[in-house]
Amino acid sequence: MTTTTEPLTAPIKDAPTANPRAGRSRFSAGRTLKYAALLLFLLIVLIPVYVLIITSFKGTGDASPTRAWNLPQHWTMDNWSAAWTALSPAILRTVEMVIPAAIISSLLGSMNGFVLSRWRFKGADLVFTLILFGMFIPYQAVMIPLLKIMQGAHIPSGIPSLIILHVIYGLPITTLIFRNYYQSIPNELIEASRVDGAGMLRTYWSVVLPISVPSFVVVLIWQFTSAWNDFLFAVFFSSSQNGPVTLALNNLANGALLQNYGVSMAGALLASLPTLLVYVLLGKYFIGGLMSGSVKG
Amino acid sequence: MPRNLRRWGPPLLMISPSLILLAVFVYGLLAVNAHTSMTDTNTAAQATGVKPSSFVGLSNYTDLLTSPDFQHSLKNLVLYTVVFLVGTMLFGFLWAWLLDRPVRFEGVFRSIYLFPMAVSFVASGVVWRWLLNSNQGESASGLNRLFQMIGLDFLQNNWWNNVDYGIAAIAIPAIWQLSGYVMALFLAGFRGIPEELREASQIDGATTWQMYRHVIFPQLSPVALSAVIIVGHMSLKAFDLIMSISKPANYQTKVPAIDMYVLKSSFHYADAAAVGVILLVIVAALIIPYLVHISRAEKRA
Repeated sequence: MTTTTEPLTAPIKDAPTANPRAGRSRFSAGRTLKYAALLLFLLIVLIPVYVLIITSFKGTGDASPTRAWNLPQHWTMDNWSAAWTALSPAILRTVEMVIPAAIISSLLGSMNGFVLSRWRFKGADLVFTLILFGMFIPYQAVMIPLLKIMQGAHIPSGIPSLIILHVIYGLPITTLIFRNYYQSIPNELIEASRVDGAGMLRTYWSVVLPISVPSFVVVLIWQFTSAWNDFLFAVFFSSSQNGPVTLALNNLANGALLQNYGVSMAGALLASLPTLLVYVLLGKYFIGGLMSGSVKG
Repeated sequence: MPRNLRRWGPPLLMISPSLILLAVFVYGLLAVNAHTSMTDTNTAAQATGVKPSSFVGLSNYTDLLTSPDFQHSLKNLVLYTVVFLVGTMLFGFLWAWLLDRPVRFEGVFRSIYLFPMAVSFVASGVVWRWLLNSNQGESASGLNRLFQMIGLDFLQNNWWNNVDYGIAAIAIPAIWQLSGYVMALFLAGFRGIPEELREASQIDGATTWQMYRHVIFPQLSPVALSAVIIVGHMSLKAFDLIMSISKPANYQTKVPAIDMYVLKSSFHYADAAAVGVILLVIVAALIIPYLVHISRAEKRA
C-alpha cells in the first residue's frame, strides 16, 4: 500500500533513457547475460501455463506419467466440455455476484473518498486509519459472529450473502483509492463550484463524478478481480449448489473419487479466463489498482 | 442551526452509511468474536443457541497455545511466511533491477512476470498440486519428472507431504503468484528516483555497482518496507492455496486459518473465535506500527 498521489493509470514510469536501441550495436557480456536471465525467468513463470494447456487437451491415452510433460498425442476437447458442464452454472452465478458487488462498493468508496479528501474535521485522520485497518484484518477474526448475523437476518446463503460481504469488506480499499485520487485534483476546481453556489452534494455530482472515470475503472477492475477470485467468504457463506466458481472449481478438483487432472485443469483455465481477459485488455488500470493498495489476501 | 446543518449534513449523509457498516461489521464483530472466544461454546447445541454458554475467561487460549497441535500450526505459519517473504522479495527485486534500465520488450517481460497475480489461488492450486506431486522415480510426474528429464534427479522430493517442511512447498506457488507484484512495486521505486542522482554519481566517477549500492538501493527502503508488510500480512492469512493443494485435515500443511475452518466446521465456535483473535493480534502487531508510520509520513508531506 503506497499512499502515492501519482496518476493511477501510469504507476510505473517508462525507463528514462530515450533510445533502447542505442546499445544494440555494441554487444556486451553484461547485456547478453541480462537478457538470458530475463528469458530464463520468463520460461520458469510460464511452466504452470504450459502444463495447464497441454493437460487440458489430453485424453486418456496420455495418462502415463512418462508422458506428463509431452504434448498431447491426440488433442481433444473432451476435458473442456466436461469442465464447462460442471462449472457453467457457477460461472453464471459469479457474474451475477461480482457486477453488483463491484458497482455498489465503488460508488460508496467514491463518496467516502471525496468526503475524506475535502472535509477536514478533527479526527479525520483517525477515522481514515480506522477505515484502512478494516482491509488488513484477518476475516477469521469476524467469521463466527458474521455467520450468526447473516443467519439471524435471514439473508440467503450463496450469492446474496456474498454480494453484501464483498461490498462491506471492499469499502476500505475503494475508499483509499478514491481518496488518493481526489486529493490530487486541484482545489480551485472545487472552490469554483462552491462560489457558483453549489453545495457539497451538487459539487460531487456535477464536478467530481465526471472526472472520476479513470479511478472508477481502476476500482471496478480491482473489486471485480478480488470478488471473482475470492475463496474464503465462498467457503463460509455458500455451498457447491449456490456458490461462486472458485468453490465449484475446488470441488471439481478435490471432490471427485478418481482425480481427473485434464478436466480440473480445463476448469482452472475456464475459471481464470475472465480475470485474465481483464488483465490483458485493461492491464494498466489493473496495475493502477495494485499499486494503490493491493492488500487483500 | 440551519447553517450547521448545511455544513455538516451533506458530508455526513455521504459517508455515514459506510461508517456505520464498517463500525458494525469490522469493530462490532471483532468485539463479539473476542467475547465468544472467552466462552465455552464448543458444542453444536451451544453454537446453534439451543444450550446456553458460560464465560470461561482465557482458558480457550491457554488450551490452544499449550497444545502441540496448534503449536505445529504456528510453527508452520512462521516457516511459510519466511519462505514466502524471502522468495517474493528476492525475485521481485531481481526482476525489477533487471528491468530498471531500458530493455527491449520490457512490456512483455513485465506483463508475464505479473500475470499470475490476476489468477485465483484456487485455480493456480489445481496446477501446482500436479507440479508438486510427491511420486518419485518411475511413477513421478510434475516437477519431480521434470527434474529427471533435465538430469537433476537429486532434487526430487516429496514436497508438501513432508511433515516437517511440507508447508514450505506450498510457499512456492505463493512466490510464483506474488513475485511479479513485488517487482511492480520495486520498479515504480526505481523509476521514481530522479535521473540527476544517477548522473551526479557518474560524474563523481562511481562505477555502476557503486551507484546502485550507495545511491539507488538506499532510496528503495520505503518500497521494501511496503512490500514486506503487504506480502507478510497476506502470508499470515494463508488459506486458499492450502485448501486447494492439500486438504484441511492434512497435519503437515495446516496453519491457524485452516484450524479456524476445521474448528468452525465441528461447531467448536469458541475455539475458532480464539484462533481468529490470535491471528488478529499477529497481523495487528505487523500492521498498526506501519499504519501509524504512514499517517505520520503523510502529515509531514
